[in-house]
Amino acid sequence: MGVENLLLGFQVAVTPFNLLVAVMGILLGTIIGVLPGLGGANGVAILLPVTFAMPPTSGIILLTSIYWGALFGGAITSVLFNIPGEPWSVATTFDGYPLARRGDGGQALTAAFTSSFVGALFSIVLITFFAPILAEVALRFGPPEFFAIQLLTFSSFVGLGGGNPLKTVVTIVIGFILASVGLDIVTGQLRLTFGFTGLMKGFDFIIAVIGLFGIGEILLSVEEGLTFRGAKVGVNLRVVLDTWKILPRFWRTFVRSAIIGFWMGFKPGGATPASFMSYAFAKRFSKNPGNFGKGELEGVVAPETAAHAAGVAAILPMITLGIPGSPTAAVMLGGLIIWGLQPGPLLFTEKPDFVWGLIASMYTGNIIGVLMVLTFVPFFAAILRIPFAILTPLIIVICAVGSYAVHSSMLDIWYMVLFGIIGYVFKKLDYPLAPLVLALVLGDLAESALRQSLIMSQGSLAIFFTRPICAAITLLAIFIFALPAITPWWRRMRGAPSAPVKPIATDS
Amino acid sequence: MRAADLITASILAIFGGLVIVDAMRLGVGWGMDGPKSGFFPFWLALILVGCCAVIMAQEARKATGRIFAEREKLRLVLKVLWPAVLAVTLMQWLGLYVASALYLGFYMRWVGRHSWAVVIPLSIGIPVFTFLVFEKWFYVPMPKGPLEAWLGY
Repeated sequence: MGVENLLLGFQVAVTPFNLLVAVMGILLGTIIGVLPGLGGANGVAILLPVTFAMPPTSGIILLTSIYWGALFGGAITSVLFNIPGEPWSVATTFDGYPLARRGDGGQALTAAFTSSFVGALFSIVLITFFAPILAEVALRFGPPEFFAIQLLTFSSFVGLGGGNPLKTVVTIVIGFILASVGLDIVTGQLRLTFGFTGLMKGFDFIIAVIGLFGIGEILLSVEEGLTFRGAKVGVNLRVVLDTWKILPRFWRTFVRSAIIGFWMGFKPGGATPASFMSYAFAKRFSKNPGNFGKGELEGVVAPETAAHAAGVAAILPMITLGIPGSPTAAVMLGGLIIWGLQPGPLLFTEKPDFVWGLIASMYTGNIIGVLMVLTFVPFFAAILRIPFAILTPLIIVICAVGSYAVHSSMLDIWYMVLFGIIGYVFKKLDYPLAPLVLALVLGDLAESALRQSLIMSQGSLAIFFTRPICAAITLLAIFIFALPAITPWWRRMRGAPSAPVKPIATDS
Repeated sequence: MRAADLITASILAIFGGLVIVDAMRLGVGWGMDGPKSGFFPFWLALILVGCCAVIMAQEARKATGRIFAEREKLRLVLKVLWPAVLAVTLMQWLGLYVASALYLGFYMRWVGRHSWAVVIPLSIGIPVFTFLVFEKWFYVPMPKGPLEAWLGY
């Protein structure tokens, strides 16, 4: 059954037009991943309007291809320039940059791309098998279960995200509040508009993504003055083949990292912790842990495999539950709604060609992606040699174009600037941005799930604890929410020193 | 850093207060057929104000740590920010393409000190390329001004 569906998917994904779309997407995505200030999430957001004129399947293939490209692109800047383009490429710089400095940049990049590919493939195969099962389970979910899953989603930011849990709660709540601005579709009342007509249509999360991640990131990176000192690189067939001969030696690291990546990845904000975790594991199990940080190829393999596996896994909850695992997946979810598709378990029965086309395109997209980046590394690396005074205004103009295109509204460009400033301040003060974006996306869904649940129970919160599946999810969510409070207490009980949790950025 | 944290938390708390006021206006209790419009924002804002209060208490006890941004860094940030704000203002009157051309040209010349031979082709070429991609290829309209009107778009 699954194989048949996948074959159907390949018939959709492997048409000349859709393959061309995938190639374009990966090209753009890699450029976006390499450029400072542009990453997967806002790259996808800016190019979302471009897909309005396409069939939905081609649209989602373009967006996912941009995502794969951005994941690959992040590795290029980490290895060659010691600049992690995305938070989950930070761990890649530890060994990637020393390798590049030593003149083995080609080897490091080949290893990074190959690991990305292996990690992605692992997750895609799991998605192929698990997505239909999860969708079938989700079909039986009612509003209370969906609200419980939302709680679980946000609990993992608070409990597992690191940093100050209160600040995470603050950004989540702000996201939900911003989502409720405008017309309340249930009662028809205007909320939080304070008489301003401009606020009536509310805040679009796509604008928030572009502002927070795009403009905010630029403001943050100019502080450093932005002069790129990159290592030269030559990737040719010889280097690639030689590296491929070495890589099978690390099969244990590949398997371990892919599992960590998938497990962490389908929960929000998982890619970054996954990459750090798998780096730490690789170092612990290595015969020569002393080499890590000085240019050990395994130190590139581990985080890249995990990050890419996690990045792909974030698609799973998006297509099965309608709940995105990362801001990038959230933007894609927004795309689905704009194309007139209802994200969630029903997609599998109502739009099989779309879902399976998407899953099949994940295979083709990653194969095309790894071949393209291996071939065109020097071209992509050259992008970072464009002078800063040209790149900065160019990126800001691109962000403005993307913001305007969503609703053809000038006000949205102003919101983008405002969100940019907020993003800059929040980043500096360690308020995580990803939970805000996710809350803004899921706000309406969460609120209507809560309202419907309360209507079902005549206003009693007990409904979240009396339905078995719902109770299990809610209790797990509460437990994870409480983790930051429990952990120090648990450590004291065991007599261990209460070490502060290392803050990990969760903007994936 | 401490001052910046305190200011941010108080601004957010005030924002939460505003939300509470509006939620009270809408009603936060049980309506005819379920929770009223203000129900969800009210509880969210209450959590927001509570968290901000605790964050402020935490920060107030801390010694003054690292500073938010050094003067020099802040100057660099503003140097990016104000031309961008100006460009957005211009977009309202001149349209996105003309404003972008002026902005790109100004920034490249003023910050980058690039020669006119670089500045002019790029600052005209990029908006023209954007125009072709969005208006012609994907049919996504951008804000337009007098120049586009004169050209007949």
